[in-house]
Amino acid sequence: MGRVPRVHTTIDGVVYQDEVEPRLLLIHYLRDRLGKVGTPIGCDTSNCGACTVHVDGLSVKSCSMLAVQADGCAITTIEGLAPDGGHPVQRAFADCHALQCGYCTPGMVMAAVDLLRENPDPSEAEIREGLEGNLCRCTGYVNIVRAVRAAAEEMGAPGARIHPAPEAAVLPGGVPGAESAAHASAPAGGGTGR
Amino acid sequence: MTATPDAAERVPEIGRARRRKEDARLLTGRTRWTDNLDPAGVLHVAFVRSPLAHGAIRSVDVSGALARPGVVAAFSGADLAAEQGSLPCAWPVTADIVLPDHPPMAVEEVRYVGEAVACVVARDRYAAADALEAVEVDYEPLPAVVDMAAALAEGAPLVHADKGTNRSFVWPFESGDIAAAVDGAEVVLRRRYRQQRLIPAAMEPRAVVCAPEGEGFTLWSSTQVPHILRVMLAMVTGIPEHLIRVVAPDVGGGFGSKLQVTAEEVLALLLARRLDRPVKWTESRTEGFQTTHHGRDQVQDVTIAADRDGRLRGLKVDLLADMGAYLMLITPGIPILGAFMFPGIYKMDAYAFSCTGVFTTKVPTDAYRGAGRPEATFAIERIMDELAAELGMDPLELRRRNWIRHEEFPYTGVGGLTYDSGDYERATARAVELFGYEELRAEQARRREAGDPVQLGIGISTYTEMCGLAPSRVLGELSYAAGGWEHASVRMLPTGKVEVVTGSTPHGQGHATAWSQIVADRLGVPFEDVRVLSGDTQVGPRGMDTYGSRSLVVGGTAVVRACERVVDKARRLAAHLLEADVGDVEFTDGAFAVRGTPEPSVGIQAVALAAFAAHDLPEGVEPSLDSDAAFDPDNFSFPHGTHLCAVEVDTETGRVSVRSYVAVDDVGKVVNPLIVEGQVHGGLAQGIAQALYEEAVHDAEGNLLTSTMADYLLPSSADLPDFVTDRTETPATGNPLGAKGVGEAGTIASTPAVVNAVVDALRPYGVADVEMPCKPERVWRALWDAAARNGGAR
Repeated sequence: MGRVPRVHTTIDGVVYQDEVEPRLLLIHYLRDRLGKVGTPIGCDTSNCGACTVHVDGLSVKSCSMLAVQADGCAITTIEGLAPDGGHPVQRAFADCHALQCGYCTPGMVMAAVDLLRENPDPSEAEIREGLEGNLCRCTGYVNIVRAVRAAAEEMGAPGARIHPAPEAAVLPGGVPGAESAAHASAPAGGGTGR
Repeated sequence: MTATPDAAERVPEIGRARRRKEDARLLTGRTRWTDNLDPAGVLHVAFVRSPLAHGAIRSVDVSGALARPGVVAAFSGADLAAEQGSLPCAWPVTADIVLPDHPPMAVEEVRYVGEAVACVVARDRYAAADALEAVEVDYEPLPAVVDMAAALAEGAPLVHADKGTNRSFVWPFESGDIAAAVDGAEVVLRRRYRQQRLIPAAMEPRAVVCAPEGEGFTLWSSTQVPHILRVMLAMVTGIPEHLIRVVAPDVGGGFGSKLQVTAEEVLALLLARRLDRPVKWTESRTEGFQTTHHGRDQVQDVTIAADRDGRLRGLKVDLLADMGAYLMLITPGIPILGAFMFPGIYKMDAYAFSCTGVFTTKVPTDAYRGAGRPEATFAIERIMDELAAELGMDPLELRRRNWIRHEEFPYTGVGGLTYDSGDYERATARAVELFGYEELRAEQARRREAGDPVQLGIGISTYTEMCGLAPSRVLGELSYAAGGWEHASVRMLPTGKVEVVTGSTPHGQGHATAWSQIVADRLGVPFEDVRVLSGDTQVGPRGMDTYGSRSLVVGGTAVVRACERVVDKARRLAAHLLEADVGDVEFTDGAFAVRGTPEPSVGIQAVALAAFAAHDLPEGVEPSLDSDAAFDPDNFSFPHGTHLCAVEVDTETGRVSVRSYVAVDDVGKVVNPLIVEGQVHGGLAQGIAQALYEEAVHDAEGNLLTSTMADYLLPSSADLPDFVTDRTETPATGNPLGAKGVGEAGTIASTPAVVNAVVDALRPYGVADVEMPCKPERVWRALWDAAARNGGAR
């Protein structure tokens, strides 16, 4: 029996020191050993991005990293991103209805925060390209793109607002036949035919 | 006696774009997904699954696994044969349907790749997975049956040898004289469309935890249907229903894939009973793609008959529907749900439909967003475009000549459904305006003229769908085993706060927010004072759960009814407190007052306290202020709308990109426009994905080649366009909310709009169809095949 590796990490501000099997995935270490179940698992091929966390400030799919590789690292998960969910990206996701079932949301938010770190003023196309590694099955991405753009502005990006978040207004739903304001926006470039 | 807030200040909640109550926990990771639950002493289950699409099981030996570290138990199908029962099919659509046994773990034969043959129960998920390799299974390979036509051919290998046929059922429907309509028509078109097999792929994999608790069991599952699941678990296992509690905690999407009673749920219950320990299983994504039911998979032979002026005479549809290896909860009912929708929004003299359900050695099909209706809408909307091309008519004009006009509602069509309301003219006019239809047609003409290698195509889909599932009477007539009602409880607590229990179980739809809005308006209490409870058969024992765009229409109406009863009871107590006659007491914005004399008044929240204290109740009024209601609709509801899609098709590479997409939907009255828009967006994404990207592919041996997210193309943000959405509002007449349902509209409408656009772009090249998904290779081949037909290379 070989020596069992020991990992030292700081996760959401808490210091951990554990012996782990060399093959243990970081996501399983977080969920099964530490009980940090705020970060979910969506696939087994690192395609979906639901398990995205920050390792030393950079977004990483925690299913594609071993716990031992995180030795000496500072890790931030959705649980520790901001007190009370107050990060501008989290607030923008709620404001723009950028989540439905919410399963992809932890990873999507963490990926979006890293995207804005790299590019504080992204265009719609840059947001779409930048979040390509995070799959959502509920939203069709339109409101996620709006939310990331809204967060960029909240965080001080100079660019013009391209997708105003819908106002919390009373729409004319009370009048039979009344039409709401169209949430029409500029056409996008379309699919990449990946 | 205190008055609630001034009536003049109150803004109606219904119609308001409230931010969701659900989001705070979802955005911070404070969620209760089933896989997050670890009851003390929980054991982990892993399954040995068949590598063959078809084979006889000669032997299963689990002894090697039992010797592995951390393994507590291991069982073969034979070990559980006496207790595991057969997975249920609740929709035997015909009296003579062939309905095979479906053991949760295979005992004698495996019939699709991934079918469970043995299980290992161990201290953690790694130990369980490690031990799988130590289970020895000996199979005798049998021939796979992958293609439906081959399955029906004379002498074909049988999926279920004892049944003597691969044909499960034939379900016919006829309305009007179809032979006369076709024979008498000036134009008759026949087309074959293929609805490829799709993988629903909710982001949360399926998971189940089951714990013995007291004299019974609690089973947590990532399910859309905890109430249906509870009944079915009792019927399958024989464990009495009152000893089973089912909980759907936070559920990460379903799209129909979690409207199911699965092998793993039944087995978790049986293993918890055998071992007297909590057990847990979570599927890997690959396991999920192989074993969670698939959707669609039909071959549609469609005949349309019309006059030269475009007037429709008749429609004939012959379906082959791939059941897969077994009939699961509503497998055979899915194509039947579509049967009534093929005529769409059009008037015609006659309609004939026939569906043949076919067994193959693939994972079963069942509900996937739209469930039968996307397939039907695709067929009618595709062939309407082909008819327009045949007649040399603008496809919008052909539709106008045939659709039901707004003044003709209510209208009973040849499909036998009575559409209660709608205004196709107005939705279409709005879509045309937002899309810039004429300008795009002009650009298309210019590009065609110039021989531009990138051609522009315009696709139309004018759809309706039946939702608000469903009138129990109709479901009974269609041989469905249960009803379609929904239940709600509304209870006012002593402090005036409100608990609402809904039988409709959400998994992303925002019930907690929308139901709070309804209750806030009906009871005149603050939105924040309402809490919605759901998904636990102990908290809300009655319910029919969430699917078929039914929650608001049926479940929301039950909430309205329960609120009305609460107000009725409160009115009697308020009258007593106001020393007035009940008939003279009015209820406005949360306060009761005597008609014509607004003061003094008593607020409903104060009445709740008086009902709790019960110090001074009038004759016949019982303590506490709460009520139950169930609602069973008389009819379906019929959302409709017009979707317009513009695509650019590169004729040199076959690449399709969506340039613009306009969706104008009429889902009736809207409770929360933010949630409605989100539902439309998500529906569009899934419908567009069927048109362009997704396909479950099997090889000739029945292996699923697209068994990972690396192989099955779920669209990312970079693969989809922005959407332009708008609504018209023609209230539904069958419920007090005027709501029609919105969960499936986007998926139902969008697939034909996109494919119509692709074909429209290529029609000058002689292309009349591209099989879905319209990936570059298919488009390119369609162009070359057309060129070859036209006698020469391009």
